Amino acid sequence: MARMKFLCDAERCIECNGCVTACKQEHEVPWGVNRRRVVTINDGVPGERSISVACMHCSDAPCMAVCPVDCFYRTAEGVVLHDKDLCIGCGYCFYACPFGAPQFPQTGAFGVRGKMDKCTFCAGGPEKDGSPEEFAKYGRNRLSEGKLPACAEMCSTKALLGGDGDVISDIYRNRVTMRAARGTKGGPPWGWDSAYGPPGAPAAPATPAPKAKS
Amino acid sequence: MTRLCALAIVGSLLLSVAACSERPQVVQYKQGTYAGKPDTPPYQNAPYNGDKAAWERAVATRAQSQNEYKRTN
Repeated sequence: MARMKFLCDAERCIECNGCVTACKQEHEVPWGVNRRRVVTINDGVPGERSISVACMHCSDAPCMAVCPVDCFYRTAEGVVLHDKDLCIGCGYCFYACPFGAPQFPQTGAFGVRGKMDKCTFCAGGPEKDGSPEEFAKYGRNRLSEGKLPACAEMCSTKALLGGDGDVISDIYRNRVTMRAARGTKGGPPWGWDSAYGPPGAPAAPATPAPKAKS
Repeated sequence: MTRLCALAIVGSLLLSVAACSERPQVVQYKQGTYAGKPDTPPYQNAPYNGDKAAWERAVATRAQSQNEYKRTN
């Protein structure tokens, strides 16, 4: 069973914002909403590091825990999704998320918040796969087409990896081994422990939505 | 006059129950469980039509395109 995860290699990210653009383009994300963004630490200082940040689809997702209307669910593939028809835009998930992933469109005057929008791991949402309704609410469902998230697939330096946790951690492990052989050091992947727990942490069980009849 | 009064009373009675037919806008939910709409697994519909193994193979193959040590060699 694939457990979908993101991994960002801060040693490789060149802050090109290709992932941000790919996400925006793929899902036609409205102005003011950034499902993915690139954060640079110590910008302008030698040794600066950039990290591509979005929803990490945490194993023990804090957003799921705090949602007052229980609009979140975790699929069997480990993707944390939500039902926009149920979301009330309260913003609790934004305060709970360690990655600042939930985004709220400004839909009206006086700072009124719209329904929460976040990275879906290109897995759509609780609508019929590939339907116009799903695209309008959640964006394209690439996962149902056998594809991986557009941001990771478009990353020019392959700093951002997305896919089955075992596969991408193997890719990263191989990379770090090659790096160590060249004498370059590299830390653990940023945000990995926060999102998925320390090494050896058990995979979170799915809290799936009841299956729809297709 | 009495007819008018009766009409007014009936009208006000109807008006007072006007909102009773309104659909509840707050979803009933059970604390701690997902309360939204159902969803299908990604391999449920076309092109995989329920073939989970084929979908997993496709995703695993696709993931390897992110491994440049395999792409360049």
